[in-house]
Amino acid sequence: MTATSRTKARRVPMPEQPPEQRVGNFREVPLGYTLEQAQAEAARCLGCKKAPCREGCPVSVDIPAFVRLIADGRPAEAAACIRQTNCLPAVCGRVCPQETQCEARCVLQRRGESVAIGRLERFAADFEQAADQVYLPTTAASTGKRVAVVGAGPAGLTVAGDLALRGHEVTVFEAFHKAGGVLVYGIPEFRLPKRIVQSEVEYLERLGVRIELNQVVGQSVSVSDLLDSEGYDAVFIGVGAGLPVTMGIPGENLCGIYLANEYLTRVNLMRAYDFPAVDTPVVRGSRVCVIGGGNVAMDAARTARRLGGEQVNVLYRRTMDELPARAEEVHHAQEEGIDFRTLCAPIEYLGDDRGFVRQVRCQVMELGEPDKSGRRRPVPKPGEQILIDADLVIVAIGSGANPLLTRKTPKVALGRYGHIVANEAGATSLPGVWAGGDIVTGSATVILAMGAGRAAAQDIHAYLMEHSNRGAGDTAQPEPAAESAAA
Amino acid sequence: MNAILRKNELAPQIFEFLVSAPQIARKAQPGQFVIVMADEAAERIPLTIADFDREAGTITLVMMVVGASSWKIAQLGTDESLFAVIGPLGHASPVSAGGTVVMVAGGVGTAPVFPIARAFHDQGCKVFTIQGARTGSLLFWSDRLRSVSDELIVTTDDGTAGRKGLVTHPLRELLEQDTARDIRCVYAIGPTPMMRFCALTTQPFAVPTTVSLNSIMVDGTGMCGGCRVEVGGQTRFTCVDGPEFDGHQVDWETLMARQKTYHSHEQCSLQRVPLTAGN
Repeated sequence: MTATSRTKARRVPMPEQPPEQRVGNFREVPLGYTLEQAQAEAARCLGCKKAPCREGCPVSVDIPAFVRLIADGRPAEAAACIRQTNCLPAVCGRVCPQETQCEARCVLQRRGESVAIGRLERFAADFEQAADQVYLPTTAASTGKRVAVVGAGPAGLTVAGDLALRGHEVTVFEAFHKAGGVLVYGIPEFRLPKRIVQSEVEYLERLGVRIELNQVVGQSVSVSDLLDSEGYDAVFIGVGAGLPVTMGIPGENLCGIYLANEYLTRVNLMRAYDFPAVDTPVVRGSRVCVIGGGNVAMDAARTARRLGGEQVNVLYRRTMDELPARAEEVHHAQEEGIDFRTLCAPIEYLGDDRGFVRQVRCQVMELGEPDKSGRRRPVPKPGEQILIDADLVIVAIGSGANPLLTRKTPKVALGRYGHIVANEAGATSLPGVWAGGDIVTGSATVILAMGAGRAAAQDIHAYLMEHSNRGAGDTAQPEPAAESAAA
Repeated sequence: MNAILRKNELAPQIFEFLVSAPQIARKAQPGQFVIVMADEAAERIPLTIADFDREAGTITLVMMVVGASSWKIAQLGTDESLFAVIGPLGHASPVSAGGTVVMVAGGVGTAPVFPIARAFHDQGCKVFTIQGARTGSLLFWSDRLRSVSDELIVTTDDGTAGRKGLVTHPLRELLEQDTARDIRCVYAIGPTPMMRFCALTTQPFAVPTTVSLNSIMVDGTGMCGGCRVEVGGQTRFTCVDGPEFDGHQVDWETLMARQKTYHSHEQCSLQRVPLTAGN
């Protein structure tokens, strides 16, 4: 392909399950590229020397190199290339907001449509899985250092993978009975199949990472136990932002009103869509209101649609222009018949005599002056209220900082809202302890958590090697290193 | 997986499990709970820790069969395993020395009351315990309660054991007789209506009254918000803010309504299990 034909070629569309079919199942919506489609799309890449796309990637995947390998018909090698800096390629290919990261920097974006980097990443990762050609890099020689990772979500898994590659002994402690964090409890099957997460976790286990499930660090073992008596040389905290926010409005605790985390956890992790074949139930509603406009709200609305929601409304207090969800998620939701009721803020829930929600009273809003975030602030339109029928409400307005670990770890400094204070490399105020992901930043994205994990892993590695050089000769006793760090 | 080292039927449909859980046993405190899963497809249900042995690495759980999930756990026998036991979760009971405390244990609530009563007893407090049940055959651990109490009063609804009547009757008498105001707090743990009426009973006497709420939970770590309750007009999470709350501040109506959220689902599940009693 010549440079001119490359810039003129249209993006290869991704085949999808048609909306009327997919609202009746939980199978994945985008079906993935074939090799031919992937090669055609990869051929559009100009192979820029400066590679602005790579600068847009929080984990600096070598995008031109892996895209080139796909174009050359070498997808397994493309996957191996991605794995050099990203241990969860099949996940990122599906859930990263590429349109604001790598693809936004693509030179072709200015001339029309960027290379579909996310779709190609997914293709390469799926190809190596399907062909059973997952490349397993050789890990560095054992350093004798032990690292505890708290939380098996995107941040923790990234740290674990990176440090295992460098020869450290890594144990991940996960509170749930399954590893993956938000990837298994939050993101629905139709956006990220659980088998994908499972195989990424298995990949890490093959690298030598040990995963201890059902361990609530802070409760069954403390961070200081890990450092002082359990013999770990460093601890990474990636527990997520798990403490959902409530609005504090009348009726918010009626039955049939869920905070999004609970609704999604019941359906995803506990598989309530399969009740009574599994034991965990979930309230099904035909008239559903989802409060909020982020990706979690989209996931909740589309899940409710698949569980029998006939009229599913997303209530958002600003307008479509301010909606924070990814464009692709909004598009998919609209295709599935979900209605967006903007400039609409719930102020009260009304229930029946059994305590189940029946209606949502909403205040009609209008946009006023811009607020601190630069978005125009919604203000109530005096005297304008509406009632919307609802037998299921899902509140998706975000999460605060979970206190379980931090309240038992007083030496780790917290910010005003209870999030852990960490520097760019993830180091906290307690030597030997790093943190990253939503427990530091508040609710953000999978890839940002992974980026934080990558940075922390580098810093932890440097710290461990520095200490091993100092303590040369007593690598058999890792504790003194940790103690000198704490002193 | 956590091995079941011993299982006893304490009373019809009430089972005691001695479970291997060394890490939980090492940290457990009176008042805390665990989340239990019978198998991979099971619900995650909260159970209060009824006892723990740090050296043996075991915890004791007591559970009444009330629905499909507890029925499933009850099918497991000695030498079988629970798929998952997670904890210890929630705040420990704030036990301190001095004064008199009244412990009220209703039904299966006897199990969580026992370690709290023992802790107060060990601190040298005077402990009055009231144990109530629907009928005499449902009483268990009366001897254990007696061993950590200065006085044990047993009541049954039908008079088949102890005094006939509800736990609130002796509770009111103790408070009325307490002219010296020695009773510094009341603990009431048991079925939700019983805790509610205990709180109503103590309110006129202005005696601080702690209840341990049994909200529906999923993760038990603050992540999902399913266990939210209204206490003092504010939404709180039973798992991370509780499970113990000021009984005078709890919005009991909302709690009881929320506990019935899955009533129709439960009927559906129950059709799948040969449940004979316990409801």
